[in-house]
Amino acid sequence: MSDRLSGTAATDESRAAAHAGGGETLYEIRDLKKHFPLTSGMIFRKQVGAVHAVDGVSFDVKRGETLGLVGESGCGKSTTGRLLLRLLDPTSGSIKFEGEEIADIKPKQLIEFRRDAQMIFQDPYSSLNPRKTVGSIIGEPFSIHGMKTGEGERRKAVQELMDTVGLNPEHFNRYPHEFSGGQRQRIGVARAVALKPKLIIADEPVSALDVSIQAQVLNLLRELQRDLGLTLVFIAHDLSVVRHMCDRVAVMYLGKIVEMAGSDQLYGHPRHPYTGALMSAVPIADPKLAAVKKRQILAGDVPSPTNPPPACRFHTRCWKAQDICHQDEPMLEAKDGGNIAACHFPMTDAEVLERVPTSRHV
Amino acid sequence: MTEPLLSVRDLHVHFATDDGVVKAVDGVSYDIGPGRTLGIVGESGSGKSVSSLTVMGLTRSKISRISGEIHFGGKDLLQASDDEMRHIRGEEIAMIFQDPLSSLHPFYRIGDQLVEAVQAHHKVSKAAALDKAVELLRLVGIPQPKDRVGGYPHEFSGGMRQRVMIAMALINEPKLLIADEPTTALDVTVQAQILELMIRLKAELNTSIVFITHDLGVVAEMADDIAVMYAGRIVEFGTKETIFENPQHPYTWGLLGSIPKLDANRDEPLIPVSGRPPSLINLPSGCSFHPRCPYVREAHKKVEPTLEPVNGDNEHHVACLLDAGVRGRIWDDLREGKRPEEARADVMAGEGAA
Repeated sequence: MSDRLSGTAATDESRAAAHAGGGETLYEIRDLKKHFPLTSGMIFRKQVGAVHAVDGVSFDVKRGETLGLVGESGCGKSTTGRLLLRLLDPTSGSIKFEGEEIADIKPKQLIEFRRDAQMIFQDPYSSLNPRKTVGSIIGEPFSIHGMKTGEGERRKAVQELMDTVGLNPEHFNRYPHEFSGGQRQRIGVARAVALKPKLIIADEPVSALDVSIQAQVLNLLRELQRDLGLTLVFIAHDLSVVRHMCDRVAVMYLGKIVEMAGSDQLYGHPRHPYTGALMSAVPIADPKLAAVKKRQILAGDVPSPTNPPPACRFHTRCWKAQDICHQDEPMLEAKDGGNIAACHFPMTDAEVLERVPTSRHV
Repeated sequence: MTEPLLSVRDLHVHFATDDGVVKAVDGVSYDIGPGRTLGIVGESGSGKSVSSLTVMGLTRSKISRISGEIHFGGKDLLQASDDEMRHIRGEEIAMIFQDPLSSLHPFYRIGDQLVEAVQAHHKVSKAAALDKAVELLRLVGIPQPKDRVGGYPHEFSGGMRQRVMIAMALINEPKLLIADEPTTALDVTVQAQILELMIRLKAELNTSIVFITHDLGVVAEMADDIAVMYAGRIVEFGTKETIFENPQHPYTWGLLGSIPKLDANRDEPLIPVSGRPPSLINLPSGCSFHPRCPYVREAHKKVEPTLEPVNGDNEHHVACLLDAGVRGRIWDDLREGKRPEEARADVMAGEGAA
């Protein structure tokens, strides 16, 4: 088994090099930080601390790929998604979209930028204005950007969009409450693709949906990505959904990226113990497989991002932690098999095989 | 076979609303043996929660019409008075809800809430009840239970609150525990902790569990038997192994095809169940799954299927009008990775030849 893993190491490394060097970079994120201030005092507000929601993340997104961001709640994945679109202003760091810095551009230029980058939100109930018809919700991007101004022209465009995402175009004049959860998410998707953006950030797009509906929406996203040549940043906590959707995955913990690799590499041989624990925790819909694997259960909860642990942030819950982990912060670097991970003691192939159910199938 | 602990027979729960009668549960029957775990799976609106709430007597209201029988401990719970139900609830049958934040009272200390649960059923001193509370908090893995017992719910994390809920449910050592989506609101890592805790406690206390979830992965880890519900009815019932290895209902196939598997080829699209769940006010005629079923035949729109044993196997029941042989051939095709249309075409071709 370990032969098999090391045997593929060479090709994996070249693949890692390929996605480090080859392929056109659409998005370049460097040392991005977002600290939310904590204040006290009623009249004279003074800052007493900060929530380190995102604390120095760097990654590239290639044109046409799907990059997944995963982690537990509070790890900063949604904040990162919002920073990428400047729905939140970063504390520091650089966000380059097609080579242009957008971390500090003015609102006017932001509108231009958002023609190319759109978002799909998690909750299809609260992200659609209940007092607007579906037609005007999907048509709103056009009015913001002054496109398709003719009445008939806009209506036609909206109905085409509705057809694309699998909604009945005749329901143009209905209100969001007349649609089911899955259909509402389709409305959100139609609104996001209306301007033919280059990039879509999908923040937990299927978490609120039933499984059968979830599969319909995931298939839709994949079809649209193929047909429109979209780049997707896919934020989710469901690891099986992320594996299904993403080419590359970044795992976040307490505001930092702890591991990043191609999907097959990451699920086949996670190196960071946190990634391993996440994968080990996923319930498997297969009683036979569930019976043979050894579950790695993480003790405790995620520490507070107000006061994250020093050095390696995972050391308080890590089963491999040693003294150095409390003192030296590990850097993101290439590990065995081509994964990029920030860990002093990455998981060995034997440990991976014992704990990670997916390792047997890659 | 041993005497079942809980036996539900032909349960109907209808709600009269302004829009019409909502048939939330429409003829459900099942048994749970002592120490067994029954997993109930289905989508939202399939009646999985309502059927369990009814067991607890929590759906009684002016607008609800409940019929059928629920046998538990020699009594029919549907005939029990509200007073009798109050004794059974929390003492013999306990429940864990999905959202631990809204199920705990924010103004009261954890300890007081646990003490209340004990004193509602037993004449014991507050000090004795508090000792019991600390013991239970230790059992469910809360560190420093002596100190934490004085804390308020907001001082606990989501996973810790769910542990408190489990402690509260188990404090009177109930014979039956109903867990309604107990881990849905939690992160996978915390979910794994809670599931492991429930497996351990079940082994220690020999409690029977009804585990309601929409997550097939969770049910694969927790349940002994599985009931698949659709539109207020059980459409398939069997042991966990049967349901995953030899499922017989097209809806069960649909559910299994909808979830991305960690070991599947990533380039293959998922196979969702087409359409969406029906309105419970206006159920489709005949088999209520027929509008979404890829293998539907004309006759299925008129006849209602009943739960029948599969090939005479009394442990495995399915409510499907398709012929058992046809179902077997379709499942073989699906397992080979064929799409539903292809499986349907194969079966049709087979019948044409015959």
